[in-house]
Amino acid sequence: MKKEYNHKAVPTEGEMTRGAFLKAAAGGVGLCYAAAAGYPIYRYLSSPIEKVESAATVSEVTVPDGQKLAKGEAKMFKFGAKPAMLIHHQDDSWVALIAVCTHLGCTAQYESAKNRIFCACHGGVYDPKTGGNVSGPPPRPLTRLEVKVTADGVVVTQNPTAKT
Amino acid sequence: MKTLFTSVYAWVDERLGLEEIQAFARKKRVPLHAQSFWYYWGGISLFFFIMQAVTGVLLMVYYRPGPDAYESVRQITYDMNFGWLIRSTHSWSANLMLGAVFIHMFSVYFMKAYRQPREFGWWSGLALLILATVFGFSGYLLPMDDLAYFATKVGLEVPASAPVIGPLIAKLVRGGTEVGAHTVQRFYTLHVVILPALFIPILMFHLWLVQKHGNAVPPAEENKPVAQRRSIPFFPNFVIKDVAVWLIALNVLAVLAAIFPWDLGPQADALRPAPKGIHPEWYFMSQFQVLKVMGDWMRGTLGEVVGVLLFTGGMVAWFLVPLYDPNKSSGRKARQATYFGLAVLAVLIITTIWGYAAL
Repeated sequence: MKKEYNHKAVPTEGEMTRGAFLKAAAGGVGLCYAAAAGYPIYRYLSSPIEKVESAATVSEVTVPDGQKLAKGEAKMFKFGAKPAMLIHHQDDSWVALIAVCTHLGCTAQYESAKNRIFCACHGGVYDPKTGGNVSGPPPRPLTRLEVKVTADGVVVTQNPTAKT
Repeated sequence: MKTLFTSVYAWVDERLGLEEIQAFARKKRVPLHAQSFWYYWGGISLFFFIMQAVTGVLLMVYYRPGPDAYESVRQITYDMNFGWLIRSTHSWSANLMLGAVFIHMFSVYFMKAYRQPREFGWWSGLALLILATVFGFSGYLLPMDDLAYFATKVGLEVPASAPVIGPLIAKLVRGGTEVGAHTVQRFYTLHVVILPALFIPILMFHLWLVQKHGNAVPPAEENKPVAQRRSIPFFPNFVIKDVAVWLIALNVLAVLAAIFPWDLGPQADALRPAPKGIHPEWYFMSQFQVLKVMGDWMRGTLGEVVGVLLFTGGMVAWFLVPLYDPNKSSGRKARQATYFGLAVLAVLIITTIWGYAAL
């Protein structure tokens, strides 16, 4: 038995062939499935990123016992998710900086003997008072944080306009 | 656009011989008859296996074996976006895969697709089934909730009851005298490294054999003259149907995983008594019930040993059936093999239902 289908093998001008329609429909359904599977997987994989980003919005951190830091020494602490350093200079001034090198993101260190902040990855050097980029590849100064020394600890705050 | 595609295709074809693959796919045909429905179940099993690989890798992103196992599964289930869905999909897909594998195995058995020259297809398939149940057993422990803990504790008593080497093997698998952090670490290694390393090559072999010998036809079809047998082209006709079946499988899996998310019980605690009505996964239920009944009939470990021997004997006979019923001239032996298959199916179904009823 042969069925008669009510369709034209050759469409008239501006019409779509049945094959072309089916191909487009199958492609569309395929995209829907890909999106339905891809979205949960994307959100699943990005869960920790979302957490870190909400943690990174902190604007104030207390460094416990920071006031006990000896002159000429530095202490590392976490500012949100980022490493930061608190320096107690010989002249009794206090400086806090985000310790992430502006070149390629290594954690920089304070070298009291040479009185500089040094990044070991590519030899970037910063000024320990201002965070200014002195030599080497870093394109920008380190981000400065504001410091308030109290009896219980050192309170470090970030100026909301400053970029980290 | 069209010319770019054709020129890229021609460039790749010249180097990899894509045209040969296309010609092969065009030539390959799949038999069409009253029992063609059963041809899809191997493909459905494969689909669920692929889902296991994908969701398994996603779970590995956050899972931590060892003392932290329960906490990491708790985080996956409750803290990570859609973590519950990934985990639920993995658990459901595991069960659906075992179900599809059983249907595939029995359809192959009753269509006598194990006959010459397909013996290795039968044997490699059974090896895959055994590995799949070990996958299930090892994966069941990984969340380290109380059900997982007791299921593993009880499950390892079975090899432990084997004479002489049994206790040694159980201790080695357990990584100690009690189920604990070492057991999880071992089961994890087994689950994500050793089992896939064994499973995937055997699976490739299994699939290659299907290509080599083509689909088997049931005896009723085999007796027809060749001119009367019908078939459809593998590509695109069979592939389109296969894709449709895979989509149905995906939809069933998605609905089950989303509507019935897999539970996470309280953390395993060796000091808490076993929860009431504790039982193994359904694919171990039959063995569980046989061991229980044998234990009631015979005192002490004797019942356990008899039960294990019974199952081992049945499996050996099941494994050797291609040698007993080798081809279409098997006659009386062919009928006996069919009766044996029906008996095995009946015993599995009855003991499984019995097991659930006796909980």
